[in-house]
Amino acid sequence: MSVSETVAAAAAPAGPSPGDPSILTTEQLSVWYGTSLALKEITIAIPRNRITAMIGPSGCGKSTLLRCFNRMNDLVAGARMEGRITFDGDDIAAQGVDAVALRRRIGMVFQKPNPFPKSIYQNVAWGARINGYKGDMDDLVEKSLRRAALWDEVKGKLHRSGLELSGGQQQRLCIARTLAVEPEVILMDEPCSALDPISTARVEDLMDDLKADYTIVIVTHNMQQARRVSDMTACMMLDEASNGNTQRTGIVVEFSPTEILFTKPNDPRTEAYITGRIG
Amino acid sequence: MAFLFGCAAITVITTAGIVLVLGSETIHFFRATGESILEFICGTQLEPEAVPPRFGILPLIWGTMLIAIGSSLIALPIGLLSAIYLSEYAPRKLRAVLKPTLELLAGIPTIVYGYLALLLVTPALKGILEPIGLQVETFNALSACIVVGVMIIPMVSSLSEDVLSAVPRGLREAAYGLGATKFEVSTRIVLPAGLSGVVSSFILAISRAIGETMAVVLAAGLRPQLTFNPLTSIETMTAYIVGVTSGEASAGSPEYLSLFAVGMALFVITLTLNVISGFVLRRYREVYQ
Repeated sequence: MSVSETVAAAAAPAGPSPGDPSILTTEQLSVWYGTSLALKEITIAIPRNRITAMIGPSGCGKSTLLRCFNRMNDLVAGARMEGRITFDGDDIAAQGVDAVALRRRIGMVFQKPNPFPKSIYQNVAWGARINGYKGDMDDLVEKSLRRAALWDEVKGKLHRSGLELSGGQQQRLCIARTLAVEPEVILMDEPCSALDPISTARVEDLMDDLKADYTIVIVTHNMQQARRVSDMTACMMLDEASNGNTQRTGIVVEFSPTEILFTKPNDPRTEAYITGRIG
Repeated sequence: MAFLFGCAAITVITTAGIVLVLGSETIHFFRATGESILEFICGTQLEPEAVPPRFGILPLIWGTMLIAIGSSLIALPIGLLSAIYLSEYAPRKLRAVLKPTLELLAGIPTIVYGYLALLLVTPALKGILEPIGLQVETFNALSACIVVGVMIIPMVSSLSEDVLSAVPRGLREAAYGLGATKFEVSTRIVLPAGLSGVVSSFILAISRAIGETMAVVLAAGLRPQLTFNPLTSIETMTAYIVGVTSGEASAGSPEYLSLFAVGMALFVITLTLNVISGFVLRRYREVYQ
């Protein structure tokens, strides 16, 4: 996709759900691990059917922010949040909101490919099955693997272990597994950091295909990747007030359309980061 | 180097020595009595003091199995469920207290379990079962099963918990990320991933139950019989050995030699279980990265 097309896509109105173009929002979101403030007063709005990238130096809380969206931080002892996160307008941290149900609608792909030690078929079918999928499982498995651009490589060995695949194939298997649950949003936490350049290119192509049907939020260390794949980019930094302390607090310094962020950043810290002067 | 090698060599030499003595005395036994191995293992008459003496150890093997099965029925489910609870559900602080406490059970001398069976469990069983018309003997297999079961719970729970805790966090997160509940993650991802270790902890616990001696002698007594009634007295292989060594069998007599033959049989059974355990561990390990 060329640069001008990317800008045009980012400016176009939202696809299937007109109205509010944002699917996920945070308002004044702060997160603590124990007594340590990890994220401070984050307010951003993730557009629907777009790819939103989060960049920034290590330890600035990109993954923490990503893991707020599907309440994965609930699993971390001592994690606590303040502020508001909405998904389709509903507060996801409100009383009575079921994190398990939320995670069915907001899937996640992790940094290190983590297929289950089960067959390729079972890897894809597992999530759908526990969520009570009633349709034809063979169909769903094939459809999901095709969607993840893995079908042709594995169709003859669906009953072999998912762990026999290469790293890049494993990561696409993890994407297929996520797609099989039919989420609305896919969170990707540095999905290519453990992959070689060819596998990375395949996953990036795949993301571009997927954004017609899904909203994707990707954390990446790789600025080139953010620039290549995303429509919107959030640049995160360590809060200067926390520098030098044991506490590392992340803030969002800029959230703009990707092309603008990389060419005419509004914030001097963003400019310093993308030109390699910090981070 | 040489010293360390010596230390390692001592254990190997000792093991070899034990097997050698067991083996040669067992051969003596079969020569002296003229028994066949088949008669020995499948015979139902165990009368070492009769003339001529008869050494059918099937009642002993059966008694041993009864204890192993009965105690497993108690220890395997409880041990496994505790392991799952400790590894997946217990808050960290509670786990830090619970796990060592459970392991403490393993440190209680087995003879203590034996008299607890005799003084607490059996009277309790009598109190519960006799009003509904079941006769409970003072020495009975059931109370032995219960105490041996409790005794081996920590083997199952502690070893299984180690295996389950070692299942990578990434697998759990992957499952949670797909909208799995904690129960689904525990039973359908973590448990299968740790299954080979869990099974081998089961087998180790069973072989411990088979080898258990003092608690069983005190609780279940010394009456070799083929019975399905766990409320009566039985005799296990280990109990037989205790019985004979504390009796008056003279060295070299068939009764004395039978100790080695029974010991050999016991050794073969536990060795087989350990080999199976090792095999299961290798063969069914779900390799994860």
